[in-house]
Amino acid sequence: MSEVNSIPFGDPTHAPFWDAARNKTLVIQNCEACGQYQFYGRPFCLQCHSDRVVWKKALGIATVYSITSVRKPWAAGFEPPYSVALVELAEGPRMMTNIVNGNAKIGDRVRVTWRERNGFPPVPVFEPDSSK
Amino acid sequence: MHKPIYIAGVAETALGKVENQSELSMAALAAREALAEAGMTLRDVDALFTNYMPEVGADLGSVRVGEYLGIHPKYSECSDLGGAAFEFFVHHALVALAEGRCECALIVYASRQRSRRNRPRAFNADSYSLTGQFEQPYGLLMPISQYALMAARHMHEYGTTAEQFARVAVSARKWAALNPKAWARAPLTVDQVLASDPMSDPLRQLDCCLVTDGGGAVVVTNAARARNAAKKPIRVLGVGESQGAFHVSQARDLTTTPGAVSAREAFAMSGITVRDVDVFEPYDNFTSTVISQLEDVGFCKKGEGGAFVAEGHTEPGGSLPTSTMGGGLSYCHPGALGLLLLVEAVRQLRNEAGARQVPDAEVAVAHGIGGPAFATSATVVLGRD
Repeated sequence: MSEVNSIPFGDPTHAPFWDAARNKTLVIQNCEACGQYQFYGRPFCLQCHSDRVVWKKALGIATVYSITSVRKPWAAGFEPPYSVALVELAEGPRMMTNIVNGNAKIGDRVRVTWRERNGFPPVPVFEPDSSK
Repeated sequence: MHKPIYIAGVAETALGKVENQSELSMAALAAREALAEAGMTLRDVDALFTNYMPEVGADLGSVRVGEYLGIHPKYSECSDLGGAAFEFFVHHALVALAEGRCECALIVYASRQRSRRNRPRAFNADSYSLTGQFEQPYGLLMPISQYALMAARHMHEYGTTAEQFARVAVSARKWAALNPKAWARAPLTVDQVLASDPMSDPLRQLDCCLVTDGGGAVVVTNAARARNAAKKPIRVLGVGESQGAFHVSQARDLTTTPGAVSAREAFAMSGITVRDVDVFEPYDNFTSTVISQLEDVGFCKKGEGGAFVAEGHTEPGGSLPTSTMGGGLSYCHPGALGLLLLVEAVRQLRNEAGARQVPDAEVAVAHGIGGPAFATSATVVLGRD
């Protein structure tokens, strides 16, 4: 437990999310009772309130729902301009992210990649997906 | 019909850059002035509502302010609901007054965020929190980027343009030119807004509200006590509130704020409609949110807010005088603007607004949004008796 990337990060509900992130795998919760996907995680399904929520590997494909290019150097560790985006995963839920390795606009298809962080698990970011 | 409840006194604190007072002394002076308008003193205050005074301390804020004022209210609230908190407070005060739990509710607030330069620009969230895990790692400018994501989506869905956003700033500046207390009064053009510094696309510097010191006080009371007011009491015709999401990813819709619900609730209570409104005081923290608020309250259809502003309706002489003191964009934005929306609405209805007075104003709406715009909203419909 002394490795750098074992520094505690996240709350207990999201331990499976960050464990998967350490292996650069994006997981989101799926309800085995009603099929609904949700992100972030909860102890039960918000749609049908069943306990039978499990973390499943996501397709890692998303559509840009909204995007902004940040022009001011006020966030630690970020050099403007950089893109902050809200993406809609193929499974349905939306998540906050950055668009890296190119530009994207609303409606564009993007795919997950990972940004390493010093001392913390990698975070999912997205890049333009030119494949069909 | 609910028991009649009134705003019987209002006051602004010193505004702009306030270096010779503390937030507490500013709040105390505004409280005394608003209570004098209501024909009361601090000794009459039995309900206290406050929040967002960074010098005072975030915890137990109403206790700290009550202590400073030397009062011991039997109804106390310092809810954290964003800049709209003061419209929520009118709602909560109305319920408490109507139930007879109190008779004189003081809502008071002051901030010296400009002088103290203590406004946060980015998150500093616990890595255990949802914000720390799922928003902070992406470098949002808080709250500009959240609002930028809303503005970008509004442009995408409805064809709203940067020029239309800029018209909101130009409209507010035209009103500010008529208000000697406004911070920014020099003429402003659409081209100047479009040429201002990019912040988080599509929002530019002049799409963003001011960062100033300021605050104010509002006294809410029942009909019996309002009869003794020194100035004309203004009736609270309707109030409504609603909440959405804190995190952008959880917002159901980025182009509709909870104001659609809070306004519907407030107008249902009031028995009047948006067609009866003479003055609109939205929470103009960004130009883009005014467009969403015009739509959500129902002055135009969803998606038509940009065109509504571009047609000049919100400007002096327009069909819907909006942000008549110059708003957060040009008059004052002390971190939580909601209280000053109430002050201006009351002054318009009392015919006290000087060069910016809207002729024959009988109904005014103070409409607050808070947090990121999809987070909270509360609407107060006010009318002359």
